Amino acid sequence: MSIHLTAAPRAGSLKTWLAAPVPASRLQARAQQIWRAIWRLRSNTSALFGFAIILLLLLMAIFAPLIATHDIYAQDLSARLQPPSRAHFFGTDELGRDIFSRIVFGARITLYIAILTAAIAAPVGLIVGTTAGYLGGWVDIVLMRIVDVFLAFPSLVLALAFVAALGPGIENSVIAISLASWPPIARLARAETLTIRKSDYVAAARLQGASSWQIIRSDIVPMCIPSVVVRITLNMAAIILTAAGLGFLGLGAQPPSPEWGAMLSTGREFMLTSWWIAAIPGCSILLASLAFNLFGDGLRDILDPRHG
Amino acid sequence: MKDSTDNLIETRALSVTFGEGASANRVVNEVSFHIVRGEAYGLIGESGCGKSTILQALVGLNTAYDGAILYDGQEVPHRREKSFFRKVQMVFQDPYASLHPRKIVHQVLLEPLRIHGFDQHEERISAVLDAVGLGRDFRYRYPHELSGGQRQRVAIARALIIEPETLLLDEPTSALDVSVQAEILNLLKKLRRERKLTYLMVTHDLAVVTHICGRVGMMNQGEIIEELSADEIRDLRAVKDYTRVFLAASIGSRASRSISQEVLPL
Repeated sequence: MSIHLTAAPRAGSLKTWLAAPVPASRLQARAQQIWRAIWRLRSNTSALFGFAIILLLLLMAIFAPLIATHDIYAQDLSARLQPPSRAHFFGTDELGRDIFSRIVFGARITLYIAILTAAIAAPVGLIVGTTAGYLGGWVDIVLMRIVDVFLAFPSLVLALAFVAALGPGIENSVIAISLASWPPIARLARAETLTIRKSDYVAAARLQGASSWQIIRSDIVPMCIPSVVVRITLNMAAIILTAAGLGFLGLGAQPPSPEWGAMLSTGREFMLTSWWIAAIPGCSILLASLAFNLFGDGLRDILDPRHG
Repeated sequence: MKDSTDNLIETRALSVTFGEGASANRVVNEVSFHIVRGEAYGLIGESGCGKSTILQALVGLNTAYDGAILYDGQEVPHRREKSFFRKVQMVFQDPYASLHPRKIVHQVLLEPLRIHGFDQHEERISAVLDAVGLGRDFRYRYPHELSGGQRQRVAIARALIIEPETLLLDEPTSALDVSVQAEILNLLKKLRRERKLTYLMVTHDLAVVTHICGRVGMMNQGEIIEELSADEIRDLRAVKDYTRVFLAASIGSRASRSISQEVLPL
């Protein structure tokens, strides 16, 4: 054959390792794929913007105790309803607590809810969807009718009902939001599975003697993961909004916890005189969900096989 | 029951019908043929004559067939067992569709080894890659980084790595460039010689079938109307009219193609 056979790449810098024409190990092949994906993401400005905000949020959540300027629970009634100033970047609320510090700690709660919900909903939706799509028959019918039942409820109403039944709190709102957000993912994974279950490579896997479970795990799921990741990233915005909505309604995080939705809810009473109490948490929610949306869009461009 | 003959594959009145009732379409109609161990048998016919459907039924991708399929003298159950796939493997027509787009070659070859409980994974993968003429450099590549011919070599390697005794070939070269077709055919020929494999090849290309197969079944409208040897095909010694017309037409197109090949520098 006329293929030029280059020798295995010599040990060199990370960059030559990533750009080597012939990967010498599994790890290198995988790393090169990711490297190329990041390279493609570079040209997508809005996705980078979203990614930067998400990164900022993450750093804020991780280093919250170092960033916060005040104790988030310390009340100072003599300094209540202070407008933004040098002492209080975002002003103080009706109990004299520093809003900036509370926003910083609130990022922890928001990301905690968003990530935990994604970690529950994505695998459940993926497994249910791929199993239903691949096995078909009555398994498909039963699983998809269950999904239909869940989809028939508006997600916030379903979450409300569960929180009302289980009692308010962050953990319960995570469970409630997860319950509402896995069915669309199952739908998506099933649709994806239906398009590939008849493909030659799945037939080939069957002819290797692989069991249905092995095929789902090693052939179907890897094909569904990109679109599920994109979907869950885009869903993050909805998850954040639902969590904030639950907090706003008093069914999510309970005071004095600095959850953004709950802060927005208390700020509502002072909106006309002290705009910052409601506006700052509101803008935080807006920015966080916008960031996830933009990043999800960018991810779709690089991950979804149909988009390139 | 164990037959005294040395038939490795045998079908008895194999029929495949798609659809039911008034819309039922019998694609394969009571086909009976046999393949002796070590033989290379070809099924030829025009598109839609049912040759690929026979292959699907034989390998167990289509379990809704009537009649019996015998392997090594034993009737195989409609739902195949793992032990069957250990002995019979298949190479698909389109190498662009038959490899998982998100698996590197290494993983493609590793999975059958795991499924069938083989040991010495690394050594076996190296050996089979050498056997199909791919170097080690291809080991950690994704399918989209390979050419059509290289992909088909990987597909052949995947079929061979668990050391089957029979290979079912579904037009293994029809999706490839003419220049690559010859390479793959020679590879298949070499592998059969080295590993004493039994081939069942489905194709519509006479040159391919005479290159690989010793005995050929001519199919028309779901039936095998005539069996010929490779020599009989080359000499156009067919009994049935349909076969004569088919052979003449194929030779004609083949001749025009070889002219165009001479014009193109290869």
